[in-house]
Amino acid sequence: MNIHEYQAKEVFRRYGIPTPQGIPAFSVAEATEAAKRLIHDTDNQVVVVKAQIHAGGRGKAGGVKVVKGAAAAEAAAKELLGKVLVTKQTGPEGKKVQRLYVEQGLAIKTECYLAAAVDRESKRIVIMASSEGGVDIEEVAEKHPEKIHKIFVDPAIGLMPYQTRSLAYGLGLSKKAQKSFGKLLGALAKLFVEEDCSIAEVNPMIVTEADDCVALDAKINFDGNGAFRHPGWEDLRDLAEEAQTETEAREAGLSYIQLDGNIGCLVNGAGLAMSTMDTIQHYGGQPANFLDVGGGASQEAVTKAFRIILRSHSVKGIFVNIFGGIMKCDIIANGVVAATKELGLEVPLVVRLAGTNVEKGKAILAESGLNITPADTMAEGAQKIVELAGKVA
Amino acid sequence: MSILVDKNTKVIVQGITGSAGTFHAGQCQDYGTQIVAGAVPGKGGETWQNPSGKGSAPVFDTMREAREATGANASLIFVPPPFAADAILEAIDAEIELCVVITEGIPVMDMLKVRRVIDGQTTTRVIGPNCPGVITPDQCKMGIMPGHIHRPGKVGVVSKSGTLTYEAVGQVTALGMGQTTAVGIGGDPINGTGFIEILEMFEADPETAGIIMIGEIGGAAEEQAAAWIKDNFTKPVAGFIAGVTAPPGKRMGHAGAIISGGQGTAAAKIEALQAAGAKIAPTPSDMGKTIQALLS
Repeated sequence: MNIHEYQAKEVFRRYGIPTPQGIPAFSVAEATEAAKRLIHDTDNQVVVVKAQIHAGGRGKAGGVKVVKGAAAAEAAAKELLGKVLVTKQTGPEGKKVQRLYVEQGLAIKTECYLAAAVDRESKRIVIMASSEGGVDIEEVAEKHPEKIHKIFVDPAIGLMPYQTRSLAYGLGLSKKAQKSFGKLLGALAKLFVEEDCSIAEVNPMIVTEADDCVALDAKINFDGNGAFRHPGWEDLRDLAEEAQTETEAREAGLSYIQLDGNIGCLVNGAGLAMSTMDTIQHYGGQPANFLDVGGGASQEAVTKAFRIILRSHSVKGIFVNIFGGIMKCDIIANGVVAATKELGLEVPLVVRLAGTNVEKGKAILAESGLNITPADTMAEGAQKIVELAGKVA
Repeated sequence: MSILVDKNTKVIVQGITGSAGTFHAGQCQDYGTQIVAGAVPGKGGETWQNPSGKGSAPVFDTMREAREATGANASLIFVPPPFAADAILEAIDAEIELCVVITEGIPVMDMLKVRRVIDGQTTTRVIGPNCPGVITPDQCKMGIMPGHIHRPGKVGVVSKSGTLTYEAVGQVTALGMGQTTAVGIGGDPINGTGFIEILEMFEADPETAGIIMIGEIGGAAEEQAAAWIKDNFTKPVAGFIAGVTAPPGKRMGHAGAIISGGQGTAAAKIEALQAAGAKIAPTPSDMGKTIQALLS
């Protein structure tokens, strides 16, 4: 689960990580007021107006404006609010800016990259730092991996001072900055575990003229599985950042991602759902979505899934692909029949059932009198739906 | 022969009184698995009744009591995510040999700690979490897979994905072949057992003639397994990787990309497996045919 920079910085501050002074703003008037207040409080005319979207790469896409004075901040806010930002991480459709964060400007001596993440290979939390902040860090990682310093934190022991020192030396920090860095890193490692993060990134972490380390940017991605420990996460969710159908699906316990094609998919299991999409494309079609109904979906969940799929007007056919394990085929079949009747389904529907209670399931579909095309295998079902819905060039 | 489980496996079900636990413990028992006990804190002294009416098992408060009273050597976990890490650690503490974790949705921070404990001992092997379990046809079903699609035979199956495992098994059976053992290792970022450890067991199992290995995009486990196969695995491998056409996800930040360093795409995994001599099924409906061709 992603949150905005200004929210991540609130988390940072709670753990004692230094961040610039800043105020979130939801309108041009609020942004102007925030700029005035910061200029007054810091006695510095320079403020930064930052677009708040759930994606990185904002700077290069023009989403961060360094300006002098409240009038310039107002102009920047006017330009940014409502603008669709296309960055390297948003996808081609971009993201509309609906929130801003106005921050004090700080004099920067050096910029570094710092991030913590869960590393599958070492089964540890990896913390990565590089003095090559401010340039494309992924390019650095690819071409000069030796410039990315890494430590691996043992979950039973936690971050050790020697590890902090090795990163500080790697970054080439002064004695005073090392001390400040040590505090920042300790707090980052602590919050990463306690807040159930999967990624916490500071890009850049800056060293100020006074040799203090400050988190100039903050990105946090929470591990959704940890939600039961963090009731406060619900308040951090920005529904405007999610497609409406994706929000609805999440609330119904379905895993759904909207895509560009014309064949709706309803599948149980993420691996099967992905390979159903692969098979549709193999036969020349384009999936309209990824939808995993999970292990134990009810009849209601199936109806909800149909409704969500049909919300997209580009859907010209639906392929239901179920291999019943926990999920019984007769329950799915009842769900499919109920949903088809309730929604007055007008597009072709291919249903492939296998596994637990498959015969009962097939009988329910056959006896329903509805126009449902059965299939015995995933390949057969994919071929049939591609024929019925039409290939997409 | 088989790997991990057979007719002598004696199973304690942790969380046997919950709705998933009681249903699946019943299904496993009906399949022929020896369900010898349940372990549920606060329910010690009760008796679990198989919903099918065909059996029962005593329930204990702790894993240690359950193991000592029954001589069980395996545990099957249906405990909800907030308590699952505790349940796994209790099984390890009770020196259970095999612990299969079905629970989906365990926080990765919990699994990091559990994995640290797993790596510090050699008694307990943990399979999962978030997996369908392990089955040796006609001998022992420890998991939530539909038992009837399986048949004893010579093909080993190892997979990150639950329903794709069923897909592979169903095809193998439909073609008149069967399985030695089918193992779902789960697709979570941190799990108890990886591909390579299962491949080692299949290599050592004389009954297994060849295997189907099913991976998914993300992580580097398939690439590492491919490298291991190249040097160590002597039996035919039919592979499948799900997610060839998955669109690159919207993401935040660079950390994930820096860690993965170009690994993790379906193309990279397929290439690595092919370089190791594996035959890749062109669609998921071809997994059975692919291993059949390799074994004939």
